[in-house]
Amino acid sequence: MLKLNNINKTYFGAQPLHVLKGINLNVEEGELVSIMGASGSGKSTLLNIMGILDNYDEGDYYLAGKLVKNLSENQAAEFRNKFIGFIFQSFNLIPFKTALENVALPLFYQGVNRKKRNLMAMEYLDRFGLKDWADHYPNELSGGQKQRVSIARALVTSPKIILADEPTGALDSKTSAEVMQILREVNATGITMVIVTHERGIANLTRKIVYLKDGLIESIEENDPDKMDFTKAIK
Amino acid sequence: MFDIDNINEIWQTIARNKTRSLLTAFGVFWGIFILVILLACGNGFNNGLLSQIEGFATNSTFMISSPTTEAYKGYQKGRDWNADMSDIEAIKKIVKGVDMVSPIYSQWTYNGENNVFYGTKGGNFSLKGVMPNYIDIDRCKVLYGRFINETDISEARKVCVLGKKAYEDIIGIDKNPLGMMIKANGIYYQVVGVVEAYNSKVSISGSMSETVILPLTTMQIAYNMGSKFDFFVFTTARGYNTKDLQKEIKNLLRERHDIAPTDEGAFVCFDFEEVFTMFEFLFIGIKILIWIVGIGTLLSGVVGVSNIMLVTIKERTREIGVRRALGAKPGVIIRQVMSESLLLTVLAGIVGLVLGVGIMAIVAGFVNNMPSDDVMFLDPQIGFSAAIAATIIVILSGLLAGVLPAIRAIQIKAIDAIREE
Ligand SMILES: Nc1ncnc2c1ncn2[C@@H]1O[C@H](COP(=O)(O)OP(=O)(O)OP(=O)(O)O)[C@@H](O)[C@H]1O
Ligand SMILES: [Mg+2]
Repeated sequence: MLKLNNINKTYFGAQPLHVLKGINLNVEEGELVSIMGASGSGKSTLLNIMGILDNYDEGDYYLAGKLVKNLSENQAAEFRNKFIGFIFQSFNLIPFKTALENVALPLFYQGVNRKKRNLMAMEYLDRFGLKDWADHYPNELSGGQKQRVSIARALVTSPKIILADEPTGALDSKTSAEVMQILREVNATGITMVIVTHERGIANLTRKIVYLKDGLIESIEENDPDKMDFTKAIK
Repeated sequence: MFDIDNINEIWQTIARNKTRSLLTAFGVFWGIFILVILLACGNGFNNGLLSQIEGFATNSTFMISSPTTEAYKGYQKGRDWNADMSDIEAIKKIVKGVDMVSPIYSQWTYNGENNVFYGTKGGNFSLKGVMPNYIDIDRCKVLYGRFINETDISEARKVCVLGKKAYEDIIGIDKNPLGMMIKANGIYYQVVGVVEAYNSKVSISGSMSETVILPLTTMQIAYNMGSKFDFFVFTTARGYNTKDLQKEIKNLLRERHDIAPTDEGAFVCFDFEEVFTMFEFLFIGIKILIWIVGIGTLLSGVVGVSNIMLVTIKERTREIGVRRALGAKPGVIIRQVMSESLLLTVLAGIVGLVLGVGIMAIVAGFVNNMPSDDVMFLDPQIGFSAAIAATIIVILSGLLAGVLPAIRAIQIKAIDAIREE
């Protein structure tokens, strides 16, 4: 599903910073992968490249068999809209839109009509127990609820891949566990998922843990989350 | 472009910051409002002036003979001379491009005593001896009967046409005046018609409504004038130049009356066309000025909209980035920003337009119903075409105002939303 060959990325700031120095990684369809590493090791950078939010300098990146390189803005937008769902640490919900409108927004950009859009959005909200919160604005929701809304938003277009950058970073441990439970369920339906985290417990709930260090993959660890004691897994 | 969904999207962003949107929109509103008011006032003055000269042939020139200012052919300078009927015939025959020539003799009333009577009822009016074609120059409405005709002239009949005021004062509005005998300066004339001047502001030797009009020949006999008159008016035919005609006529008269070819002082000329043209240019100038001022005001409104939207876009970096991450294409973002600017501008513009037109309609209602004759300000409203032009300008300024913010907006990438904290 995802295939990265020798990906290099340098930020040209005040001083050029070579963040990714040749990443090689395969993520198969339906996999649940986590990326770990120290702060500043380039986890977010890598995930952004996977999500076609950022470009890379060297190497090849294939998404669903297609080479993602030098895409036009329009092509990138289409790819993101069709294939990828994003979940962010800070939720990134649009503050002046209700939960329902937020979830329906990706469908708006697909040109789905209003009625169908709202119906689908409501379906996904319902799935995550947020039906009664559909007309609430983000500032009227708890962190866990917000993250569930953003998961619903990521899923509403039925993407192939979910990319999550520290999805539990802003949540307490109980809510984190709930969110991880939801993400695992989503993955169980066959959707590929890549989660960036610096929490051991979160990584332990994934099947493959990628360790990033100094811009390179240090190691990849196979993991069986079912062996984990779920309550212990998180902190 | 403007389906419910899009309008809703746009409206949400506009309504989110009501005060700011309102303040922004005010600049555009004010620009259009001022433009409409100024245009309407310009039209008001234009109409007011036009109403003053309405009815008078705008291509007419009048010419009076004046004592010579140069000695010539043995004559001293300062010699009195007078044009006469044969000069009129000569002008008609020789000068090409003269549409009408009409000699006039008028008898003013100096002392204010009543000089015109019907029975015992009298009034103070000047007498004017004219040719039948005079009515085509100083146009007026015939209320009763007819104007002076050729037979009146050739037979020097003792008939008269009363101006409306003269008729009302000495005969009374409820009586049919035709056939009545009136006495003017001691001589009896039979009334053959009543006329009303279209307007009383521009006239030759007194408004038609306030004169007793006689056949020129009758008057020449009554006052022992021979074939002389006070002055004459000529009109320029289409396609001819009034200044050229003036020159030709002067030259002709100089030749016929032994006046030096260089003597300009022997004639007093008043060229209405020149005056009208001057006013026309004046109003064109005023109009241009109004558009410049109006568009300038509007432009500052546009700059305001553009500026505030730029700030808004900056504040919305995260939101726009999220939209981009969720699959909004650059075109969609451009359209959204442009639509926002367009909607804001057009709404404000339409309000300004409607309010401006509405206020001026009320003002026009007052002004037009003012009883005074001396209106210098009439019907101050903008025409349909100006309203359309204003609307188009509003739409264009809406698009113009959106250009920079839209460019700024598409420079925001999805990654910026994720990075911004
Ligand atoms: N736009 C940018 N311009 C310049 N340098 C950047 C930019 N974005 C990130 N960096 C730098 O690149 C390095 C990797 O950043 P990245 O965000 O990928 O780290 P991370 O692994 O996600 O860290 P964290 O766990 O703290 O989120 C950091 O040193 C960061 O300062
Ligand atoms: Mg990070």
